[in-house]
Amino acid sequence: MKKQKNNLAGLQKRKAISGYLFISPFIIGFLVFMIKPLGQSLYMSFCNVLINVNEPNPIQMVWSGLDQYKYALGVDPNYNRRLVEEFTRMLTNSLAIMVFSFFVALILNQEFKGRAFVRAVFFLPVILSSGVILGLEANNSLMDQLQVNIQEAASGISITATLESVLRTAGVGVRAFEEVFKLIDGIYDVAIASGIQIIIFLSGLQTISSSMYEAADIEGCTAWESLWKITFPMISSLFLVNWIYTIIDFCMRSDNAVIDQIQTEMVTKISYGSASAMSWIYFAIVMLYVAITSLIISKGVYYYD
Amino acid sequence: MTNANAKKNSDFWERNRKSGGYLLKKTALNYAVSIARFILLFGMCFLILQPIFNKISVSFMTLSDLNNPTVVSIPENPTTENYQLAVKLMNLSKSVVNSFVISLTIALVQITVTTLVGYGFARFEFPFKKFWFACVLLVILIPPQTISTSLFLHFRFFDILGLHKLITGDTINLRGSALPYYLMSMGCMGLKNGLYIYMIRQFFRNIPKELEEAAYVDGCGTLMTFVRIMLPDAKPILTSCFLFAFVWQWTDGYYSKLFLGNIELMSVKLSRLVDTIGVELMRETGIKTTVPLAYSNAILATGTLLFILPLIILYLFAQRGFVESLSSSGIKM
Repeated sequence: MKKQKNNLAGLQKRKAISGYLFISPFIIGFLVFMIKPLGQSLYMSFCNVLINVNEPNPIQMVWSGLDQYKYALGVDPNYNRRLVEEFTRMLTNSLAIMVFSFFVALILNQEFKGRAFVRAVFFLPVILSSGVILGLEANNSLMDQLQVNIQEAASGISITATLESVLRTAGVGVRAFEEVFKLIDGIYDVAIASGIQIIIFLSGLQTISSSMYEAADIEGCTAWESLWKITFPMISSLFLVNWIYTIIDFCMRSDNAVIDQIQTEMVTKISYGSASAMSWIYFAIVMLYVAITSLIISKGVYYYD
Repeated sequence: MTNANAKKNSDFWERNRKSGGYLLKKTALNYAVSIARFILLFGMCFLILQPIFNKISVSFMTLSDLNNPTVVSIPENPTTENYQLAVKLMNLSKSVVNSFVISLTIALVQITVTTLVGYGFARFEFPFKKFWFACVLLVILIPPQTISTSLFLHFRFFDILGLHKLITGDTINLRGSALPYYLMSMGCMGLKNGLYIYMIRQFFRNIPKELEEAAYVDGCGTLMTFVRIMLPDAKPILTSCFLFAFVWQWTDGYYSKLFLGNIELMSVKLSRLVDTIGVELMRETGIKTTVPLAYSNAILATGTLLFILPLIILYLFAQRGFVESLSSSGIKM
């Protein structure tokens, strides 16, 4: 009896060791590359950072306590407002992106002619919303001009505008409609931002064994029922991934107003202290939001174990 | 031929009659779904492709076409001069090879490491697991811009626990070489690596435990189980992670500028393209000229097209990974 217990402990120990071996690259990387810059950035947010190139020690930090945080929240005229604006924008946009990407992934997972082509098209947003291209698109005036031209040419035949005016005059739930209109007008942004989520969902849908659907079909399950009873539970873990990715992508992309302000604070005003304080406030809020929502979502996530 | 068709038709009605109208309803529904799907997909594809179409049409325009208000999308005198200039300015043949080598190696390193880590988080129980996972989330959440200054200083005066300074009296300057970036990738600290860990972990958590236990009972070691049982199942998620890693590395301007400044990369070339046009024109004519905005944007559009073309080709190849994965999957429940 005793021997058996020992054996079990040995197995658990062995598994713990191999677990640590598997994640050791991350631990090493985190300790070597992350701890120090992270600590420094946190420390900077409590300091007045003075930069003087002529002195032997170019960066001087003078402890100033919570001054930078008070400045960011109380003195700076734009920070609070931008924080609230971006946050509310995130609430509607992230929901729209999730629904859109799940819907598109469901369609792209079906069999139809030209599927390879359509999938390739939906991969384009992954490229177009990343890295240098995003920055180039933002200040490309020629394309803007072209877009204006095309819009002018097509202004008489806008279905959405007509629909909007009809619904407005009908006057049903105007406030709620406003948000929907905004989303529809910005559908391009939603489509561009959901490229990665579509692929994540698609790779999840691919791993669901088709025999499950066959079995459900034979038992008399409709397509709608099998969507709720098979598809949702099977890819629920990816909902969590996508949700977190959507929020983070939205909050951290370079055309976000808060990030933009942090950048200008750092680059043009060269005040590293307040930039660090602003970014730490921002991350604390985003982190809190991610933690709360993912806790709620993870309650509904189905795992095999 | 018509005979066969007619036979098929009559067959259909015969079968429909036998099934009590069910077959007709089903077929009609199928067609309706296909048509609705076609309309939806057509709209969405157009939405995404329209800016690309604009770029393509602009890339074939001459300066006079660009300034001509009657020309909207089809150029009057199509030309490939823009392409020639963009290829020349971006030093294309060299920068494509450089970008390809760097992106491929970095993506491979990152995916290998993050797969190991993600698997470790998904399938093993060990002390402080929650703490380390919180660290992963932290890595995902912190944008690289915040820690860039300290990271810069970190690599400018690189040292491992002061050992090197103890021996030679000086620190190592790792800036300007690709080495620190590879090191960071090996330590899962590259671009968005936390996200890959998270994705791969979520995927592995969803594989039934019985599969793993069966392997253990049959005498498979931990590593062997991982390689032989788990990896083949993970093909779709690994394909998509690899694609992301490659694409993000290819388009990344931030890390490239920070670490790989000496290597000619597509992304750096593209982001400097507009500035180089002026220099190039000045060198050709000898006179300092201001480049017309429309012209520089047309060149930029051309450069962007050249920039994303290899990625699309790569995707068309990698797409097979998505489709084939089903047949090779070991899960049958």
